[in-house]
Amino acid sequence: MTRRKAKIEEAVFKALMIGSTAAVLGSLALILGTVVWRGLPALNLDMVTQTPKGGYYLGKEGGILNAIVGSLYLAGGATALSLLASLPIALYLQVYAARSRWADVARLALDVLWGVPSIVYGAFGFIIMLWLGIRASLLAGIITLAILELPIMVRAMDEAIAMVPSALKEASYALGATRLETAVRVILRQTAPGLLTGVLLAFGRGIGDAASVLFTAGYTDRLPDSLLGPAASLPLAVFFQLGTPFPAVQDRAYASALVLTAIILALSLISRALAGRFARHVIR
Amino acid sequence: MYKPHIRIEDLKAWYGNGQALKGITADVPEHQITAIIGPSGCGKTTLLRCLNRLLEEAQATRVSGHVWLDGTDIYGPGVDVTEVRTRVGMLAPKPFPLPMSIYDNVAYGRRIHGLQRTLDKGNGRNLDRIVQHYLQAAGLWEEVKDRLHDPASGLSTGQQQRLCLARALAVEPEVLLCDEPTSALDPISAQGIEEQLLALKEGTTIVLVTHLLRQARRLADHIIFLWMGELVETGPAEQIFHSAQDERTRAYVAGNIG
Repeated sequence: MTRRKAKIEEAVFKALMIGSTAAVLGSLALILGTVVWRGLPALNLDMVTQTPKGGYYLGKEGGILNAIVGSLYLAGGATALSLLASLPIALYLQVYAARSRWADVARLALDVLWGVPSIVYGAFGFIIMLWLGIRASLLAGIITLAILELPIMVRAMDEAIAMVPSALKEASYALGATRLETAVRVILRQTAPGLLTGVLLAFGRGIGDAASVLFTAGYTDRLPDSLLGPAASLPLAVFFQLGTPFPAVQDRAYASALVLTAIILALSLISRALAGRFARHVIR
Repeated sequence: MYKPHIRIEDLKAWYGNGQALKGITADVPEHQITAIIGPSGCGKTTLLRCLNRLLEEAQATRVSGHVWLDGTDIYGPGVDVTEVRTRVGMLAPKPFPLPMSIYDNVAYGRRIHGLQRTLDKGNGRNLDRIVQHYLQAAGLWEEVKDRLHDPASGLSTGQQQRLCLARALAVEPEVLLCDEPTSALDPISAQGIEEQLLALKEGTTIVLVTHLLRQARRLADHIIFLWMGELVETGPAEQIFHSAQDERTRAYVAGNIG
């Protein structure tokens, strides 16, 4: 009789697991479906090759090239800047401070920062800008986004490096390597695919965030031409176009969202291919 | 009589609050194979990992006492741990190649120690010769000479262990620590490693941890017998195997306990 109960339990839990997976995949499909269904008809060559002309937000000609280029500059710059800080932090946490209380405090702080709403980063960046007397600019946007991306990147790298078998590190130490040599020559190679995932996660959050660039990078209908000038971004382009009363412009908002999704998809595919190459030497 | 290469003096080790070694004093003779034997959990591996100061890389470990390597205490003040590990190499129970090519694995130690230019200044082909030499010494050259730049992870376990041996030898250590080096290998590969170790002892002092009494009988010139973290008996293999002083040693080598 007990075996019968176990079988029923198994069936129920299996159904629940399949059900929740289906629910998540279903919602994702619904979101993507809506974006494609409303956005695709509005998407044309002008959208991705033109900047907004006069009356664009009333439904006249032009495109969102300003936002595409702005977003790539903002998220690309922020990811590069964040990477410069994240990699040393993650290596420090894992290789040098692995078992100290200090590392646990740092991880807790990063986890809290991860959960902080991006509007707070935006407001914080804005206060600093006021204090320093700089205007909304590409540079301010990049710095704010970099701070937003930092906890995601560090924690993803931290987890990836934590998976390195201790015997592998010891193999390097036993040859007389220092911690730094082991970190740079062994751990970075072993964890390259995981580190790349961390970079991609951070880039994804950076390019999709509207609130932190609203005050810091501002918005402009022109292409960004200086670090000290304002820069447009795709999430804000979606926001502004969706806020107009014209259905044609609202459809362009969906088209902009589609472009944003396509950029993230393309980046995921590229990084998967790269991760495959990086994984060539990984020891399992 | 023998010339001691390593003198272990009142060595104690703890994991957290548990004491794993309770004051070991023993010699490791130069250019011989010294086997550390004893039942599971007696501290064999702990003792071995004290000899290249690798134990301190693990969590909450503590060591006291002295390990004299050619008259220098490796636990003395101001000792550079990376230099100790350059002089005392190690072969682990399970082979862990580094995440790089076969060639780079062997060249790794030379590169980090800047030894690649020892014979012939700035000549990149010199490193090629060094890599070939040590792959031959480990008995792996014939099997990998056509794929030196392939990932080391693609080798079989037996080949990986020989690669790890080549990698350790390339640093030219005076002492080679072997922690159950054949435990993950098939009998043929294991025999290969044993033959390499016997060939190596001419110029290298070898310390071997093994739970296989037969392996100790085949290879060892000198024995350190541990029991629950204590040294029971140490001396030439002949003496330990045939005329041991202690009751526990006699019972262990006869296969009655452990």
